[in-house]
Amino acid sequence: MKSIVCIKYVPDTSEAEVKVNPDGKTVDDSRFSFDINDADNYAVEESVLIKEDKGGEVDVLSIGPKQSEVMIRMAMAKGCDKANRVEDDRIADHDPLMVAKVLAGAIKEQEFDLVFTGCWADDDGHMSTGVALAEYLGVNHASMVKKVEVLDGKVKAHRELEGGLMEVVELELPAVLTIQTGINEPRYAPIRGIRQAQKKELNVVSLDDLGIDPTEVGSDASQVLVENLYIPEVESAAEFIEGETDEKAEKLASILVKGGLV
Amino acid sequence: MGDVLVLAEHRQGALRDISFEMMAIAPKIAESMGGESKVLLIGSGIDDMAKKMSGYGVKVIVIDDPLFADFNADKYQKVLSALLDDLKPAVLMTGQTAQGVDFMPALAVEKNLPLVAEAIDLNYEGETLKATRQIYSGKVNATVAFKPADTYLVTIREGAVEAPEPAAAGEVEKIDSPLKEDISYRKFVEYIEAEIGDVDITQSDILVSVGRGLKEDKNLAVIEELAQAIKADISGSRAATDAGWIPHDRQVGTSGKTVKPKLYIAMGISGAFQHLAGMKGAKTIVAVNKDPEAPIFTVADYAIVDDMFKVVPALTEKLKELKG
Repeated sequence: MKSIVCIKYVPDTSEAEVKVNPDGKTVDDSRFSFDINDADNYAVEESVLIKEDKGGEVDVLSIGPKQSEVMIRMAMAKGCDKANRVEDDRIADHDPLMVAKVLAGAIKEQEFDLVFTGCWADDDGHMSTGVALAEYLGVNHASMVKKVEVLDGKVKAHRELEGGLMEVVELELPAVLTIQTGINEPRYAPIRGIRQAQKKELNVVSLDDLGIDPTEVGSDASQVLVENLYIPEVESAAEFIEGETDEKAEKLASILVKGGLV
Repeated sequence: MGDVLVLAEHRQGALRDISFEMMAIAPKIAESMGGESKVLLIGSGIDDMAKKMSGYGVKVIVIDDPLFADFNADKYQKVLSALLDDLKPAVLMTGQTAQGVDFMPALAVEKNLPLVAEAIDLNYEGETLKATRQIYSGKVNATVAFKPADTYLVTIREGAVEAPEPAAAGEVEKIDSPLKEDISYRKFVEYIEAEIGDVDITQSDILVSVGRGLKEDKNLAVIEELAQAIKADISGSRAATDAGWIPHDRQVGTSGKTVKPKLYIAMGISGAFQHLAGMKGAKTIVAVNKDPEAPIFTVADYAIVDDMFKVVPALTEKLKELKG
């Protein structure tokens, strides 16, 4: 079983204040800490679990800066075998269809059974890259996958629908699966794995190396344009309870009890 | 032409809310583009649904064929691909749902058309279609413009707009499926219903709900103490169930349960829109979060910006005192 897992290096903005740069088109990400996209972390684990079960190899593929190599090495420490990092500032990375085209260009000459991606990215959240990638590769796909069963020449994928319902589909291999969070329990990298990962092959490639025409994946090729970014007004009708922590807790307790809410 | 074609979504015999919600957006865009909005329904035995959708004063194009008894992304893609050539709509719109995300990006690639995913608003200004969408978990809005194309593909976020009231009755037109034979490379196998747990949180009067802010399993103890003091059940956000702190059947949000308790206390939940969609119907909402910008505060009635681990023990103690 040969798998490729595509991962993205994203900023953690869950508790950070986000500011738009003066150009109005980009976000100031200088103060954020970056790491693997949450869903991609589950995709790495799933690809390694399948390798452990069926044998074979898992390659990492990522488009990102030099700093993202820490993340790539971590995926290799968890069991991935080798990696390709695409770095090229001519890629229109605001458009998941362009990103998918680059990923497809990096994959297309290789034989593979499964390609894994996270089902959505914490930063731009299109949920589009993996399904677009499958189309570029001309292979089957299932998105939002919460369980994978590899069969003979086929894969059974449990897709998470709304309300907790699962849709089970059977696909002929090869296929792209976009992985939903919660599908497994991502492992911590063992110390031995971290050491081994330093010696594993990590290639850095440009569009030219991949034989991809930069004009086909750049801003001119993209059919969408980010015109403007802005911070939405947070309209809150909430009563913000102020004071020291104990005061706040006391005021809230009193509101809940006097209001007959508890 | 300027027509807006809306692919309505249904599952297990019922139209999903997103189908009605899109009726708040499509006619407006069609009008500004000088066309009509039309609804496309694909399924098997769907007369009632067609009638219901036509109640929005739109023409409903129906493909009623046993081939579509169950959803299949690849079959949908084949049908849509053929219909884009036939009908040449200016816009093809559907929901950013588990269905929509499973074929729209592939269709965009196949037809070399632009796609904007998960728009919360659409406008047509000066010959340009522009979508508003959210990035960084709703902390930033982006205005994305489509470059000129034969058809613009767009998916709409669930719950982004209110569904309008039905208007006049429209026409229903049945057409033959452009797909004549089943496909072998992707097969629908079955639906598996959500597991049923020991507590049905949709019936709870009070819920204490935890999110990523819980940080680890062992921190659940203080939450349990609070819940016990006020006879609440415990639920969680996606982050809390993914991490295994809370059982999956107690997940609140679009992929879990929609709850409407009398009191919902959100502890360390930032409030992704998927979570808000599952709990904003609660009668009273209390939110405690360190981040003053957390979207959870947009739906809260009472808010505390602080560390939940400092607030929870103090709150539990005060509640015990006051309740005797």
